[in-house]
Amino acid sequence: MIEIDNLTKTYGDTQAVDAVTMTVETGSITVIVGTSGSGKTTLLRMINRLEEPTSGEVRINGKPTHAEKPHLLRRRIGYAIQGHGLFPHHTVARNIAAVPRLLGWKKPKIRARVDELLTLFSMDPAAFRDRYPAELSGGQQQRVGVARALASRPELLLMDEPFGALDPIIRARAQDDLRRIQQHLGSTIMLVTHDMEEAIRLGDKVAVMDGGKLVQYAAPAEIIAKPATDFVGDMVGDVDRPLRLLSLIPLSELIEDGPAEGEAMPADASLREALAACLWTGRTAVPVTREGVHVGRVTFEAIRNRAELHA
Amino acid sequence: MKIGLILRPLLVLLLLALVLRPEWFLPLFAPLAPQGAPAIYARSSLLSLSLSHLGLVAAATLAATLVAVSLAIFVTRPAGAAFRPLSRTIANMGQTFPPVAVLALAVPMLGFGAGPTLVALFLYGLLPIFENSVTALTSLPPAAMEAARGIGLNRWQRLLRVELPLAFPVMLTGIRLSVVIALGTATIGSTVAARTLGEVIIAGLLTNNTAFVLQGGLIVGLFAVLIYDALIQIEAFLAKRTGAG
Repeated sequence: MIEIDNLTKTYGDTQAVDAVTMTVETGSITVIVGTSGSGKTTLLRMINRLEEPTSGEVRINGKPTHAEKPHLLRRRIGYAIQGHGLFPHHTVARNIAAVPRLLGWKKPKIRARVDELLTLFSMDPAAFRDRYPAELSGGQQQRVGVARALASRPELLLMDEPFGALDPIIRARAQDDLRRIQQHLGSTIMLVTHDMEEAIRLGDKVAVMDGGKLVQYAAPAEIIAKPATDFVGDMVGDVDRPLRLLSLIPLSELIEDGPAEGEAMPADASLREALAACLWTGRTAVPVTREGVHVGRVTFEAIRNRAELHA
Repeated sequence: MKIGLILRPLLVLLLLALVLRPEWFLPLFAPLAPQGAPAIYARSSLLSLSLSHLGLVAAATLAATLVAVSLAIFVTRPAGAAFRPLSRTIANMGQTFPPVAVLALAVPMLGFGAGPTLVALFLYGLLPIFENSVTALTSLPPAAMEAARGIGLNRWQRLLRVELPLAFPVMLTGIRLSVVIALGTATIGSTVAARTLGEVIIAGLLTNNTAFVLQGGLIVGLFAVLIYDALIQIEAFLAKRTGAG
């Protein structure tokens, strides 16, 4: 558990981060979202003490972060940034091994961990281990950057706009990968982004920052359904709110018995996808399958009622 | 590149022949020597002069590199930033002061021989290495530097594992300039009795023997070209490895 307690950072007269208090559960993804200058990056950088707080403290599993030398603290916290920040003069394997080497792991253990991570990120270890970062595509560099951050099995992974430099298609794939890997490893992740879409897609919880203050900290569905301030409403985008909400709900919630025509959808698809399918093909219901077996249908009517609940 | 593949070994062979088997070139140089004078320098072995010449250049450049790089590291740390303008001025002065004047001034203190030449070459070589090292250390990729801090490298580890290796190709450019300047400048060291290839050239000038001048000049020139080329090759290799990532 990460406790952020009254954390404040002042530069001259400006309050970059103003008395932020929040608690992050172990094994969850928390996304900090805000416009540029909202203090989201400063907040993140105070957690691994790349910035020293003016006041307040951070506790990781009850232990205050200021009780330890900054560089030793950072070895326990993974850190991935926009533009990957890989060391251009080291191979992929050596980049990933950076923190384990600092921690003095034995060579065979490091090698096994590097291969394990490359495999986890769908990169063939034999093909990629000995390459240099300049020889990789943008998406591959980004994956190696995240693999490096995860290498020593850190208690916490901090990510600062990790997907910011990727084009939309690779970006969506990187987000799915992160979700999958986080569930697989049970990591605790705090991620900063300016993109509310990304926040809703990835976050178990979303923290919205504005002018250095934490204006709302809640599950994505609540952020969409009940924005705490006009600013949060703007960030969510009032027009897109119903669609964003539907994108969070799986079909399995609304399955009912009855006939439906046309192409079936899996039960873990979102209501947004089902709605799009209904509109696009002029159907009033879509058949639903679970592991290939027909389990019922979801109707257009039911989707509409579900969206209305929050209006 | 293709031309280099043929030209490079040819030049190396030519240089080796000039140094080790000067008598082979007798027919070439004989018409240039005055009547009755020897066409091939034989007062001392060209090999020992070459080795002494290269030794002086290597020692001076090594010392200049150590001092200039240490100074560059110091002034690019937060604690040393205030000294950057001052150290730049000093390095500039070393470059402005003519080597001949340094030789003249150093002789009374260090006596005749290799000492004054070493001092002159050292002072002259500081600036290119210092300037390039400062540039290299202040223009490192920001994302890699941020990551180095963020994953928990301490100051020393950042310097040794990330900053210096990444800055090295650009530093090497400064070292290359320094070496080439020193190779040429070392010849005047012979005016104060340092054993360098300048001895051959000066002997030629004193006796109006163009053959000697040409012989000495060719050897120094070939050394300069080949060493310059070799260092460029190393730089290109390193730059490719550190990539445009």
